[in-house]
Amino acid sequence: MALTGLQIYKLLPQTNCKECGYPTCLAFAMKLAAKQAELSACPYVSEEAKAQLDAAAAPPIRLVTVQGPGHKVSVGNETVIFRHEKTFYNPPGLFVRVKDTTPITDIQKAVQEAMGYSVVYVGMILHLDGVAVEAASGNPDTFAAAVKAAREATDRPLILIASDPAVMKAGLAAADDTRPLLYAATAENWQEMAALAKGAGVPLAVRADSLDGLAELTEKVGGAGVQDIVLDPGVRDPAGTLVTLTHLRRLALKKNFRPLGFPVITFPGEGAADAIEEAQLAAEHIAKYAGFIVLDRFSPAMAYALLAWRVNIYTNPQEPIKVQPGIYEINNPKPDSPVMITTNFSITYFSVANEVDGSGLPGWLLVADAEGMSVLTAWAAGKFDAEKIAKTVKTTGIEERIAHRKLIIPGAVAVLMGEVEEELPGWQILVGPREAVDLPGYLKLWSVN
Amino acid sequence: MPVEIPVEKWPGRVLEATIGATAAEGGTRSRVVKVGGENTLPFMLTDGEMPNPPRIAMEVLDRYPEDWSPLLLEAWGDAARDPAQWAKAAEDAGADLVLLQLSLTRDGGKPTTAADARAITRAVLQATGLPIMVFGPGQVDADNELLVAVAEEAAGERIVLGICEEKNYRTIVAAALASGHLVNGRTAMDVNLAKQLNILIADMGMPLDRIIMDPTTAGLGYGIEYGYSVMERLRLAALQGDKMTQLPMLVTPGFEAWRQKESKVGEGVPASWGDWRERAILWETLTATNLLLAGANVLVLRHPETVRRVRAFIERMMAK
Ligand code: B12
Ligand code: SF4
Repeated sequence: MALTGLQIYKLLPQTNCKECGYPTCLAFAMKLAAKQAELSACPYVSEEAKAQLDAAAAPPIRLVTVQGPGHKVSVGNETVIFRHEKTFYNPPGLFVRVKDTTPITDIQKAVQEAMGYSVVYVGMILHLDGVAVEAASGNPDTFAAAVKAAREATDRPLILIASDPAVMKAGLAAADDTRPLLYAATAENWQEMAALAKGAGVPLAVRADSLDGLAELTEKVGGAGVQDIVLDPGVRDPAGTLVTLTHLRRLALKKNFRPLGFPVITFPGEGAADAIEEAQLAAEHIAKYAGFIVLDRFSPAMAYALLAWRVNIYTNPQEPIKVQPGIYEINNPKPDSPVMITTNFSITYFSVANEVDGSGLPGWLLVADAEGMSVLTAWAAGKFDAEKIAKTVKTTGIEERIAHRKLIIPGAVAVLMGEVEEELPGWQILVGPREAVDLPGYLKLWSVN
Repeated sequence: MPVEIPVEKWPGRVLEATIGATAAEGGTRSRVVKVGGENTLPFMLTDGEMPNPPRIAMEVLDRYPEDWSPLLLEAWGDAARDPAQWAKAAEDAGADLVLLQLSLTRDGGKPTTAADARAITRAVLQATGLPIMVFGPGQVDADNELLVAVAEEAAGERIVLGICEEKNYRTIVAAALASGHLVNGRTAMDVNLAKQLNILIADMGMPLDRIIMDPTTAGLGYGIEYGYSVMERLRLAALQGDKMTQLPMLVTPGFEAWRQKESKVGEGVPASWGDWRERAILWETLTATNLLLAGANVLVLRHPETVRRVRAFIERMMAK
């Protein structure tokens, strides 16, 4: 958490020598607090004060990165407790767990299936983030073979799960030159685990069953030279997880409590009896403060729902996701193909574009600049009225590309029909269906005459 | 290293509303349902208390919902052809409340009359012992005519009448006042609009503990984040002591989730969407689960399987 001007002032020499370019140390401190000045402008600040100011400038929740050959995931660095206060920045990494007691070919298949999965949601290609390999065997060679198999089956990052440092060491070697997360250091093994993490320059998760124990461990591990730490407070039930992760978020953001200022890892499958329950827990963890989420089950439906939810929660509430206004050509439209108009809210655009695309029928889709609002929201806010629709038709140049003058407006704004006709002389305004799902049926019946 | 747990005590508390009345209270319900009453963020039981768990209402229509997803029609079978049977089935499926949704027209196209609305309400009240809510078709004239009749017919039962909106709340509130009912008010995802409507309703003499507010929500993937954040903001305002936001919140994840293609249809969708049934149940379940985290006090759901899922989650969240 940033220091106030007064707190910074206390760390300055307080001689008012003016060399920084400000009349007093206090004035300089105020500028620093407002991030309008650089500490280096004061030649007399002590090393100790510098260190304290640097530490205070560090993010309250450390950014931790794991990396595979082709992808990386960074989590942490969050600054608010509720998304409406600003936004959430770094979506939690969704990992899928495999165990080394599973035959190698099955591991490879599971990894390829889960990591090969992708789904298109409002124009974005979404996928899961990586694989967690667990040393259920307790055997270094078995673990190394499983890690190698996973490593070869995906270029996404890994989490290595082992409690025996010797086993972890073997797995780490098999992870090659990637940057996996090691899980986990505990009160028993932290020295060896910290040494491994430090040696390889990779992040380390710590696990304890109380916040006291967790803070103690991060201090020890940090003292041993590991900076990139991930927390597992040991809770597995949904109620305890919500409460504990909320406490951790508050400690980091409100108390600037450094020993617990790290991202958190959760294991929703360990608190769930089946896939839907696991998805419920994972959804909670996405909304409420997880940094890495290790899933025990994978199915396309579950992945899609969780990935969409993650995008929703991590969307900047100040800026709806928009598409570029203009003309969109779907299925090679000709001069006699239908013309439709919608808004530039991405959810709206894609629900319409996907339906037309899926119908196989050609069409021109005009997208009005409605400041990223849905049809009815924009209509209610005066951003998608007859004037805006007419302006979109005229400025996009669609008139030069078509041989007819028929415009289909969304059924939700049927009331605009008359006004649009007035704004667009020579055009015939048609009211389309209310829901985009019904567009293919409607377009089948459309004819230029 | 001892860590001081950052407990947050709030000055405000959500009002507790009681829906339904037993014989002892002048009604015929087998039990009453209390909602709200918390002085903490959802499920943060280390900060304060939630005397009542969030409740589940199931939607029952007064006509066969032909346009619903085949998965829903299959789940309800013939019960969906008769509101009384449907209400009974909803009770068996584990609902806490029945939400009777009246339509503009009867099968065959004749408009629903006040007499129809009375008869349907009576039948539902007889078929289930659960407290009920009755929502009109959402068209001013029809709402006013039907809900006044419903309010009279259900006098003494402490039902929830809805939906009050800024453009139409007076008649509904007056009817609820006259017969001792509660009202549900809906606004378009905005903290100030919600407060404003609550004030308008309260100004007519409706006690605040008889108003439920619906801040409007949207389905997973279709704008839920707007509703989620508005609910979080309303709840924070309530806990901070803003009286006009201290009302229990009702949202309709069932309606919103089942409108979406993800739940509604099984064909013509990308293979990456996975198994239809699993996806549909997940869509409604996660929409509802996520809204619980934002502070929902009443969730209106549609599929019996979702009810089971969401109830189990609530129970785990409330376990001490
Ligand atoms: C999310 C939301 C918001 C978000 C905005 C999200 C956004 N970026 O647009 C926020 C919270 C900001 C918001 C604000 C407001 N909102 Co608003 N909002 C909604 C909500 C819940 C969902 C809208 C949505 O995203 N729908 C999904 C998209 C995909 O739908 P769509 O754009 O309509 O597209 C569909 C169809 O129209 C069709 N379609 C689209 N294009 C085309 C084109 C053709 C040719 C065809 C055939 C079909 C077609 O296909 C799509 C899928 O079927 C709705 C209520 C609801 N549950 O629907 C209210 C709603 C739209 N909002 C409403 C209102 C009044 C407002 C406000 C004016 C109120 C306020 N809070 O001050 C403001 C206006 C904004 C402003 N002044 O800045 C009202 C509108 C009332 C009305 N009938 O006029 C609604 C209906 C809520 C209500 N019941 O009162 N809102
Ligand atoms: S240069 Fe340093 S000591 Fe001199 S006035 Fe500025 S802040 Fe104070």
